[in-house]
Amino acid sequence: MKAVGREAKWVKPTLIGVAIAYLGLVQFIPAINIFVQAFKHGIGAFLGYITAEEFTHAVQLTLLIALIVVPINTVFGLCAAWAIARKKFPGRAFVISILDVPFSISPVVAGLMIMLLYGRNGWVGPYLEAAGLKITFAFPAMVIATAFVTLPFVAREVIPVLEEVGADQEEAAKTLGANDWQTFWRVTLPNIRWGLLYGVILTNARAMGEFGAVAVVSGNIIRKTQTLPLFVEDTYKQYETEAAFAAAVLLACLGFVTLVLKEILERKTRIKEVE
Amino acid sequence: MTITQSQIQNRQFIIPKLSLPWKVTIGYLTIMLLVPVAAMLLRASTVGPAKFWEIATSPVALSAYDVTFVTALFAAAVNGVFGLLVAWVLVRYDFPLKRFVDAAIDLPFALPTAVAGLTIATVYSDNGWIGSLLAPLGIKVSFTRLGVAVAMVFISLPFVVRTLQPVLQEMERDIEEAAWSLGASQLQTFWRVILPPLMPALLTGIALGFSRAVGEYGSIVLVASNIPFKDLIASVLIFQRLEQYDYAGATVIGTVLLIISLVLLLAINLLQAWGRRYEGGR
Repeated sequence: MKAVGREAKWVKPTLIGVAIAYLGLVQFIPAINIFVQAFKHGIGAFLGYITAEEFTHAVQLTLLIALIVVPINTVFGLCAAWAIARKKFPGRAFVISILDVPFSISPVVAGLMIMLLYGRNGWVGPYLEAAGLKITFAFPAMVIATAFVTLPFVAREVIPVLEEVGADQEEAAKTLGANDWQTFWRVTLPNIRWGLLYGVILTNARAMGEFGAVAVVSGNIIRKTQTLPLFVEDTYKQYETEAAFAAAVLLACLGFVTLVLKEILERKTRIKEVE
Repeated sequence: MTITQSQIQNRQFIIPKLSLPWKVTIGYLTIMLLVPVAAMLLRASTVGPAKFWEIATSPVALSAYDVTFVTALFAAAVNGVFGLLVAWVLVRYDFPLKRFVDAAIDLPFALPTAVAGLTIATVYSDNGWIGSLLAPLGIKVSFTRLGVAVAMVFISLPFVVRTLQPVLQEMERDIEEAAWSLGASQLQTFWRVILPPLMPALLTGIALGFSRAVGEYGSIVLVASNIPFKDLIASVLIFQRLEQYDYAGATVIGTVLLIISLVLLLAINLLQAWGRRYEGGR
């Protein structure tokens, strides 16, 4: 007699096989390809590409933008998360939805909005230019564009943690005479540290990898406003595929480090993340 | 009673404490988000309704919407089927390297889009690893609309899998076993017992993936040939309009895309609310 609740023998291996084959076609093979292509002509050729001046400049610019954007968006994300998680008010769901807008719109539309605001033909661009401030096709607009697309990450990761922890400990600290800063540093921050760190890591990964919004506002000027992702596209379009893959490998490593850190943090927090 | 108590607590503790975070939040959101959105909508309003409609429904724009939305819908639907399969396999079965496969699902979140586009374009080109196998069959992927679809499938897959996994984990196997013991076939069990409670999560995952695919730019611009009426998506069309200093054209299409994205965001929120109610009712 057939055991109740047992599926046929062929089902499990077939489903696993199809799932792995699908992931292979869509994700694994393209991921492996990055490394194979980058080192196809040997490590010497690879080192040649990554020491070229255009390349090192792109790396520096990418790091500098992340260095500015990540702290700013971390502070904002903490403020927004605290404001939203610690207070029940009408329209709360609406505010959380507004936070998600940068994730929902095309990065090109984000770049376009910045151009229409700060560009030469924009609303405030001409006044800023008269004051000697050049925003678009320059560093400031690249920072603004990157900050825009990475705005929600920290708040999104911290809000559920804050909600889960609750306000009891903070209120206890208050009752015992702690001031706002002491409460934040000694009570709130230790409670949310892993969620916060995860949000910061995601912000950083996106900040260094952002392409569309930065492509619109930067003008993609080599050795001036070319970040590493822009370098990948530019060299690919110039048929310098090897140089493109050399840059791609660095960015892919950033992605893999992000994934590994995410795994570690998730094991620490065990908070199920539903995007 | 409890309400008044929490109101008193609010007044005593929370409002004075929150003033600084609230100021930062409102100020930053206004400057970074609301003002740029307003700048674009204001700019769109200066175009004039007749001109706006003309640009928004010009043949090249209509073709770009077609490539963007129909291909995104196709990619999301493909991921609806295979994402469900992947989530099922990861939750229900054990196999070697399962942890690794599970972690790798998030790769499209972590990999910069330009890199994804570069490697997909290479792998699926006529002399790439997969493209060279498809070329003799007359199937071209890179630099065609099919390539756009592959890029969209790549970036939207984790949304379906990650939305379904927790729901599958919570699902009780008793009901399936009951269905089996009552004589239902595997197919009947799947359609009548397993799929219905998964529907809210599955639709949410598909909608999230669709929304992400509609907004995708980086990987597609590298995979496609970006030729109008062939494989040009709306985001790339906006970019080309800007390069030609056609700010009115870029603004109109950008506004159309923004409004559609906001409607999608609203729809996803409603879907998630529906899913929560479903969970609560069980």
